[in-house]
Amino acid sequence: MDYIPNILFAILLIAGIAFFAKNVKKLIRNIKLGKPVDTSDHTSQRWRNMARIALGQTKMVVRPIPGILHIIVYVGFIIINIEVLEIVLDGLLGTHRIFSFLGGFYSFLIASFEILALLVIVAVFLFWVRRNIIKLKRFLNPEMAGWPKKDGNLILYIEFVLMVLFLTMNAADYQLQQMDVAHYTKAGAFPVSQFIAPLFQEMSISSIIVLERTAWWLHITGILMFLNYLYYSKHLHILLAFPNTYFGKVRPKGQFNNLDSVTKEVKLMMDPTADPFAAPDENAAPPEKFGASDVMDLEWVQLLNAYTCTECGRCTSECPANLTGKKLSPRKIMMDTRDRLEEVGKNMDANKGVFVPDGKQLLGDYISHEELWACTTCNACVEACPVSIDPLSIIMDMRQYLVMEQSAAPSDLNNMMGNIENNGAPWPFNQMDRLNWSKES
Amino acid sequence: MGNELKVPTMAELFAAGQQPEVLFWVGCAGSFDDRAKKITKAFIKILNKAKINFAVLGTEESCTGDPAKRAGNEFLFQMQAVTNIEVMNAYEVKKIVTACPHCFNTIKNEYPGLGGNYEVVHHTQFLKHLLESGKISMEGGQFKGKRITFHDPCYLGRANNVYEAPRDLIRKLDAELVEMKSCKSRGLCCGAGGAQMWKEPEKGNKDINVERTEQAIEVKPDIIAAGCPFCNTMMTDGVKTKDKETSIAVMDIAELIATAEDL
Repeated sequence: MDYIPNILFAILLIAGIAFFAKNVKKLIRNIKLGKPVDTSDHTSQRWRNMARIALGQTKMVVRPIPGILHIIVYVGFIIINIEVLEIVLDGLLGTHRIFSFLGGFYSFLIASFEILALLVIVAVFLFWVRRNIIKLKRFLNPEMAGWPKKDGNLILYIEFVLMVLFLTMNAADYQLQQMDVAHYTKAGAFPVSQFIAPLFQEMSISSIIVLERTAWWLHITGILMFLNYLYYSKHLHILLAFPNTYFGKVRPKGQFNNLDSVTKEVKLMMDPTADPFAAPDENAAPPEKFGASDVMDLEWVQLLNAYTCTECGRCTSECPANLTGKKLSPRKIMMDTRDRLEEVGKNMDANKGVFVPDGKQLLGDYISHEELWACTTCNACVEACPVSIDPLSIIMDMRQYLVMEQSAAPSDLNNMMGNIENNGAPWPFNQMDRLNWSKES
Repeated sequence: MGNELKVPTMAELFAAGQQPEVLFWVGCAGSFDDRAKKITKAFIKILNKAKINFAVLGTEESCTGDPAKRAGNEFLFQMQAVTNIEVMNAYEVKKIVTACPHCFNTIKNEYPGLGGNYEVVHHTQFLKHLLESGKISMEGGQFKGKRITFHDPCYLGRANNVYEAPRDLIRKLDAELVEMKSCKSRGLCCGAGGAQMWKEPEKGNKDINVERTEQAIEVKPDIIAAGCPFCNTMMTDGVKTKDKETSIAVMDIAELIATAEDL
């Protein structure tokens, strides 16, 4: 009978991790729907970027208030995992505070977790105030209505409850330690929960034990549930920010890809020895589609970007088009990409792993032409992103599809392109007049 | 002062068996746009004064393809790029200077992948180098104490991390450099990039150049300095919209220097 809690715990742990692993597999499959891209270059630069941007949070502090609050929650999250490790070991082995042999260092650890837990509670509360009371403009964009807003708040509530449970657990434990209850060996230091413990003084030992056990079980169950919530939430960024900053763009921001498929065609066109009447190779693969109209046309890094986006809206709040009331919102581009990718993934799940065309695509059904043409390619969104997401690259790929596959550019742009083609300048001036300015006074 | 501009072409120098140190890539705006032509001439005056051995391509130059690429027409871009690269490689061009950040970015970053490898500098970087090597000296008398704010062109700043060269030059004019609310890596676009120059903006509640001009006006400048012919046009229009054209001048860094030097 003594082993029942241990067995229950093991089942809970395995179920929690298995379900998470299943979703991670789905996540990886979905990301791999994207086109391959070589990311083996600039290895040291990539590691540096990850260390600086994801680990070091350098881009978060560009906006100091949310930046510092975020760092508190982030450090709290990372460090508290040591505590989770202890909880897992205690749960499996039926021990209590298994790391307590560390003595003074253990006390230091527990004390710092407590202080961090309190700071996280404060930070989460302030985040909630920013979202719901102060109502910052970037949280009120049209794309933030409904689930994204609820998701944002849910995460804060869960983190709040988890921290309160952690402190309650410690407080009850501390009280039991004071009372010299067997099993509750004196270990740890409790700078925060010692102030909660007196609340339990009047309670019977068995009640405090129930309280301690309840908080302990709810805390670890909550953590496992939160882990599984990630896949359905923007909160996935806590895992994906790291690979995303590693695989993010390492070239200058102004450097856009030169499409290889186009280079081949252009070289052929310019090659004087090419036979214009040559019959196409019968075994040749069908010509590649230019640009992107759906998620499968994007590169996998762009799809990883979409899953990494945490909808903070720093991109959109810096976007000159959005600032001046135009429909474009880089955040919406990323959210649309993820929503469509999820839709494609669900379609595959329902059809034995094969995508059955559903008459929809990212372009048009999610992202409108108007949004795409409003972009000035200024890279403000890319610069603003704290986790190296590149919404601009998706916008550009879709413009390429519009122009090269559908000839659907705005007519003014067609004029401009016609001028370049005919005169070598975007304006209708003759190339032979290109030096006239030197003779004008 | 001398109104005669010395503008040698690559073809002329080649015929004479000479090779210039640097190719000045004028760009379409610099060649055809009335306002931008003044920037081109100002820069040529400085090059002449500093006795720089340079040349232009003249009628052999063609659009870099930047607006076509940003509009999504990769075909047209690569056709332009390959043609330009053939011309420049035939002249064995090594170093290029340009006053247009869009040409600068495209030739510097996107031409190498298509066979065009050159050292490319923006004219503000080039001018800074001339100043440091003593080939030009700046007497900023005219601009002493004037409030000058610099509008960062996206394709120079964020796209290529060039922030300090233009600012160093403004400081050398003894002017008071004042920064707008959004500057350097967080600079706000003028609204012309990404081929927007050639189309009507999408529906919104304001034009981008007006928003940017308002940011500039907030710091009460005498001069809005720019380093891009398109930014120049957009900011000039913005200043006109705000009826400030009598009190605020929009000038390229090259024009500031040419004026200071009384060229």
